[in-house]
Amino acid sequence: MEAAAGGGCGSGPPLLLSEGEQQCYSELFARCAGAAGGGPVSGPPEAGRAVPGAVTAAAGTVADLFRASQLPAETLHQITELCGAKRVGYFGPTQFYIALKLIAAAQSGLPVRIESIKCELPLPRFMMSKTDAEIRFGNPAELHGPKAQIPYSVTEKNTFKRMDDEDKQETQSPTMSPLASPPSSPPHYQRVPLSHGYSKLRSSTEQMHPAPYEARQPLVQPEGPSSGAPGAKPPRHQASLIRSFSVEREPHDNSSNYPEEPWRITEEQREYYINQFRSLQPDPSSFISGSVAKNFFTKSKLSIPELSYIWELSDADCDGALTLPEFCAAFHLIVARKNGYPLPEGLPPTLQPEYLQAAFPKPKRECTLFDSYSESMPANQQPRDLNRMEKLSIKDMADFPVPAQDVTSDDKQEQNKARLALKSTVDEALPKDMSEDPATKSGLLPPPPALPPRPCPSQSEQASEAEIHPQLNRAPSQAADSSPTKKDTPYSQPPSKPIRRKFRPENSATENQEPSSTVGGPASAATGKPHTAVQKQSSKQKKAIQTAIRKNKEANAVLARLNSELQQQLKEVHQERIALENQLEQLRPVTVL
Amino acid sequence: MAVCVAVIAKENYPLYIRSSPTENELKFHYMVHTSLDVVDEKISAMGKALVDQRELYLGLLYPTEDHKVYGYVTNSKVKFVMVVDSSNTALRDNEIRSMFRKLHSSYTDVMCNPFYNPGDRIQSRAFDSMVTSMMVQVC
Repeated sequence: MEAAAGGGCGSGPPLLLSEGEQQCYSELFARCAGAAGGGPVSGPPEAGRAVPGAVTAAAGTVADLFRASQLPAETLHQITELCGAKRVGYFGPTQFYIALKLIAAAQSGLPVRIESIKCELPLPRFMMSKTDAEIRFGNPAELHGPKAQIPYSVTEKNTFKRMDDEDKQETQSPTMSPLASPPSSPPHYQRVPLSHGYSKLRSSTEQMHPAPYEARQPLVQPEGPSSGAPGAKPPRHQASLIRSFSVEREPHDNSSNYPEEPWRITEEQREYYINQFRSLQPDPSSFISGSVAKNFFTKSKLSIPELSYIWELSDADCDGALTLPEFCAAFHLIVARKNGYPLPEGLPPTLQPEYLQAAFPKPKRECTLFDSYSESMPANQQPRDLNRMEKLSIKDMADFPVPAQDVTSDDKQEQNKARLALKSTVDEALPKDMSEDPATKSGLLPPPPALPPRPCPSQSEQASEAEIHPQLNRAPSQAADSSPTKKDTPYSQPPSKPIRRKFRPENSATENQEPSSTVGGPASAATGKPHTAVQKQSSKQKKAIQTAIRKNKEANAVLARLNSELQQQLKEVHQERIALENQLEQLRPVTVL
Repeated sequence: MAVCVAVIAKENYPLYIRSSPTENELKFHYMVHTSLDVVDEKISAMGKALVDQRELYLGLLYPTEDHKVYGYVTNSKVKFVMVVDSSNTALRDNEIRSMFRKLHSSYTDVMCNPFYNPGDRIQSRAFDSMVTSMMVQVC
């Protein structure tokens, strides 16, 4: 095989490739060649190239691939020259292989010379590559390093992420948008939870895409073999849909089911948008103010002019606020733009507010159910609430656990509990709480859900909070659950701040109640009320109360600590704000043409 | 039909300026710039009078041989200046007023966009298209 590569075309120096290299290069070549509409697609890569001249890689795709290697343009030019493509005018297999070898050499720091390729080299690395294989060969650490820094990127499996990245990058280059501002550099890209959801719905109909997107086709094909991974991801897709607002690309991504109509919102997407809307604005029938929406959409990392244009398109009544259909339209446009679609000249008919309102009446019905709640996930995620709630209690969770405050009818009891706990007295027992007014405060977010899920009621009285929390966490330990938490947290940070404080006492209070109630069964009803307990004068009750008091004290201490932390954060934020305002002031008068 | 439309910020720097491409753009920029003096004069002529009493439409600022310059000021001291061809005699005051009204309403739409920072150049496509509609159509 190596000989074939070397001897296939005598224009370059003999090329010695290792097995891995051979496979890798031939895959890459197949992709590039496959992308080229003109050249005949090469046969199985391992087959000898009988007619090297007939098999060429499209210059465009090759250029993209080379750019993906993140070498400077100078180097790439040199490589292209050296490998002989310039001379012969096309990228035959030999040229391509030589070029890849040179890229590997350059990435390893060797000078770009023909002699370099004679050495043993690692495989070339492409930050944005069309092939999964490439990325896998490449340096995963590179990819994930930047990812880890992204605050609200969700923890994902490696291949999941990688596929996202590479595809995202990949699309960016071929798809030129009429707007001048391309998205930020590859390392800043975030994941594509959304698109994964779409991939479920999307079939291979994307093949029918118009010309600008045909470059994605080679992606789709390689995605086919690797789709074992995507195929297994539907459950995560569901979760990912609800994840943080990081809209990266994905092989099958598109914003719609129908390739002809990228502006059509699917049911799934609609759900997601509505959830996001609710995270910003609890009442689905009212508006999101401009500043809130601006902060939210800025997280998508699109450029300001693009966002400005998207706003222009979607805010039909130009009132500076977004209603639910307007918000969905805007969100959809952002998703589309992130996925590489150029923005339309005018708002497509399927994104008009009237159309959206008419087309999706169902979510409105849902909305009314959850009206009183500050944030709601679909009801089927109740089991996740517990997990999320538990995550709250984890101190090191920098994110704010707003999502945990989900609203289900079961959680109303927690609202009551929260209120009571805030008074720092362990009062009514749980059953009583439940019976009390159900849907009290929309503001108060529901604390941990019902007791039954609690795993270890038998913990000792001295069980500290920390102990209980891990126990609780173990109970519903699903990786997917953490994602909804994390996903919503970035958005909900401001509103969740005060709420978080409430959670702590609730958690502790509930846990306090937990052991107490389980320990003092018959006396559970009276456990909360110190007066009642005193009156009843059962030794068990006394003990329970003392435990509860101790727990409350702990909770208080924790809260105080939390308070000071938050105060510190507040101070820092204030300082930042002042600094920014100063900068703004300085820059303001200079904003002349 | 205007030949040149300009939006000037309160601090007298341009937020948006667009001329009909046939003629020397520099000439129009210069005319707009000089008209700012006239605008300031008219605004300050009110002097002690309340801002509310001052009408937004300033009317003809000054005529030149070939062109007439009209002005309009908003309550936030953002100025709209429009240059029209003198030979276009059919253009009435009312029409000019309505053009300014349209400009003003498009400008407020631009303002409503949270991504627009006051003081930035106006890059809204809707605004562009509206201005195009009132500019002289050059075939």
